[in-house]
Amino acid sequence: MTFDLSERVQTVPPSGIRRFFEIAEERDDVISLGVGEPDFATPWAARDAAITSLEQGRTSYTANRGKRELREAIADYVADRFGLGYDPDEEIIVTAGASEAVDLAFRAFVDPGDTVAIAQPSYISYEPGVIFAGGEVRSVPTKEEDDFRLTVEGLEEAGADEADMLVLCYPNNPTGAIMTADDLEPIAEFAREHDLTVLSDEIYAELTYDGHEHTSIASFEGMRERTIVFNGFSKAHAMTGLRLGYALGPAEAIHAMNKIHQYTMLSAPTTAQHAALEALDSCENDVREMVNQYDRRRQFVLSRFREIGMDVFEAKGAFYCFPEVPEGFTAEEFAEAVLHEQGVAVVPGDVFGAGGEGHLRISYATGLEDLREALARIEAFVEEHA
Amino acid sequence: MSEREVLELLRENARYSTADIARMTDLEEDEVEAAIEELEAAGVVRGYQAVVDWDKLEDERVRAEVELNVRLDRETGYDDIAERLARFPQVTALRLVSGDYDFDMEVEGDSIREVSQFISEKVAPVPEITQTVTHYVMTSYKENGIELGDGEDDERLSVSP
Ligand SMILES: Cc1ncc(COP(=O)(O)O)c(C=O)c1O
Repeated sequence: MTFDLSERVQTVPPSGIRRFFEIAEERDDVISLGVGEPDFATPWAARDAAITSLEQGRTSYTANRGKRELREAIADYVADRFGLGYDPDEEIIVTAGASEAVDLAFRAFVDPGDTVAIAQPSYISYEPGVIFAGGEVRSVPTKEEDDFRLTVEGLEEAGADEADMLVLCYPNNPTGAIMTADDLEPIAEFAREHDLTVLSDEIYAELTYDGHEHTSIASFEGMRERTIVFNGFSKAHAMTGLRLGYALGPAEAIHAMNKIHQYTMLSAPTTAQHAALEALDSCENDVREMVNQYDRRRQFVLSRFREIGMDVFEAKGAFYCFPEVPEGFTAEEFAEAVLHEQGVAVVPGDVFGAGGEGHLRISYATGLEDLREALARIEAFVEEHA
Repeated sequence: MSEREVLELLRENARYSTADIARMTDLEEDEVEAAIEELEAAGVVRGYQAVVDWDKLEDERVRAEVELNVRLDRETGYDDIAERLARFPQVTALRLVSGDYDFDMEVEGDSIREVSQFISEKVAPVPEITQTVTHYVMTSYKENGIELGDGEDDERLSVSP
């Protein structure tokens, strides 16, 4: 018999990332610029705190919303870093990665038939998340000429004014684009005018360069009450495998998300919560040092692409840049050929949705030696095919 | 400030090429070269050396940390004693430190015998030195900020979202 799969699951196509992963895994000489997570280990102090918590036998569930101490630390941190005010008791929920928080939000706020506008290219989980929740996706492409920032014209062109919800991710995966306060202001205005709920994935908030500081859309007037902010420890604190994130929002919204969370997750991983508390307490310098390293690599990679003669916009956030593929290739053709011929794995931009075609996502969450070698191989490839 | 930035990168890896340093910073290659020259000329950068894990080599290398206590007099200060000790090629590092003893001296040689002889014949007899305590290095775990273990493999998936 064939198993009776739900329509929702069948609607979602297999991930384009998975395909490249499978090819890359077949060979052992591949240098990967396709990795979407830090190459650093979690700061030792955080790991040490996790170990200590295990030694002390702290392995029970925590409160559904996460340890109170951690929620307080998160409230202090977001107030301090981004000027955001959230009540640790009512307005913060700790989740198994930002991924869980995003899923909770779709399930808590999307009804069948609701339209969710997604600024793209963007992280690949939003679209399936909307579909699993029964909603409909409206892609809002961003453009290279705007440095992949979201604009009101873009929103209007895509018909986002008719949507119920808008999903943003800045600093952006896959482009490395950021949105400054000036860039966000008109978007906030648009959201207020068209009564959109905003889901803002700010997991790369710590990773901004060139003197830019992250601004949250929730910090604009009239936005806090309509926005859910997602953040977590995976990127800035290099804690991907510990699976810890959180959502911030108005009490009513967080309460609804917690309703799902308490039945489906119960509580986020306890050991990870201990690590996260320590990460916020004492790992500021580790984060700064990692950001410093990413910034050097960013400049290195951008310089090399320009030397190679591939157009690349000046990405100022996350750990990605998004060069254009040379003429004569689609992104997918380029990515496949450079993997086969040179053993360099990159991800074609179109897997991240509208606006990504013709580009490659290059992750520089990789040591400089590997970056140097990978760029040399890409250079050889481009010269050969010019 | 460009010197500070270049210094930081050289301390991370002194073998970065000037071209790569330029790529990683806002500097041009000739500015990087000028910064390095300036750092060297000012005596800020005194040299470039490899960080070695001696356990990975066949030939024995004996290293010792030596605590030294000294008695000063009107004619002889710390600097005088230090200068005299530092001239010996066996001494690889020498620092005046706070605490229970005065100098912290690192010594290298080809054998325990050679190092012991050096301490007993060249160091201990120095009139101002009142006491030496020699600790032979048995295993080194970290040198110049670099961990000497086998390192952790990159276990990340080769392509991920
Ligand atoms: C934009 C974005 N959001 C969320 C996530 C997932 O984060 P977490 O590990 O906290 O679930 C990622 C991971 O790649 C990401 O790039």
